[in-house]
Amino acid sequence: MNSLILMILLGALLFSIGAMIIVMKKNAIMMLLGIELMLNASNINLVAFNRFYPTRMDGQMFALFVILVAVCETAIGLALILRVYQYYQTSIPENINELKG
Amino acid sequence: MSSALITYYVFMFTAAASAIALLFARSVFKGALWFLICLLSIAGLFVLSYAEFVAVTQILIYAGGVLVVILFGIMFTSKLAAKPLRVENTNVIGGIVAGTLIFGLLTKLVLENTVVTEIASSPRAIESIGLSLMTDYALPFEVIGLLLLITLIGASVVTAFMKEKKQ
Repeated sequence: MNSLILMILLGALLFSIGAMIIVMKKNAIMMLLGIELMLNASNINLVAFNRFYPTRMDGQMFALFVILVAVCETAIGLALILRVYQYYQTSIPENINELKG
Repeated sequence: MSSALITYYVFMFTAAASAIALLFARSVFKGALWFLICLLSIAGLFVLSYAEFVAVTQILIYAGGVLVVILFGIMFTSKLAAKPLRVENTNVIGGIVAGTLIFGLLTKLVLENTVVTEIASSPRAIESIGLSLMTDYALPFEVIGLLLLITLIGASVVTAFMKEKKQ
């Protein structure tokens, strides 16, 4: 099978595993790992398609920007998780139910 | 089969297997280590796809920076409980249904619609990335720098004054 199709299928597999982690896991840090996995799946697609247009570097540039935005998102997300943990003593989003009616 | 193709398949298998192991990990720390293996094998795939700069950035920023930050987060959030963080599953049926539906839909679309073209030879990728960062992508480059600065200040402010606790 062609290597491009294999790369895209790997991206699809990683994306769906990331979605499953976000839906299934209780821990907030584990959800963050799932989001990172989905962003990596999109990066695999960008780089794989860039290989077929080597005169333009658009795919690789976009992959770089996706990596940088993912870094920002992780830093802010972990800061919020730490803050919530200090206040509620838990990192499980289901247990934070102070506003529940 | 050439050795490059074998390396390709090995990296693909490692990435897929470590992602599946991350799905079934029982502690957050082991999950982060499986994620590290997944990131490194994806970086290997980038090198084999003629994207050396993206691969180096992946190793430096993801495997070096993000993973260390996540491990620090795990250490801080398991300090008060004094036991390793166990991961419990909820919504298992919904998660499995959503994941298999997404994977099946994407696979169907890819296998029906992908047009296979010839693999072209690669020019000097790093040189053209540097040139386009300074010409075509100058504005996104500056904007991403501003975003990183805002993130730095924001994360410091959010975590700076952690004294009051709910008793």
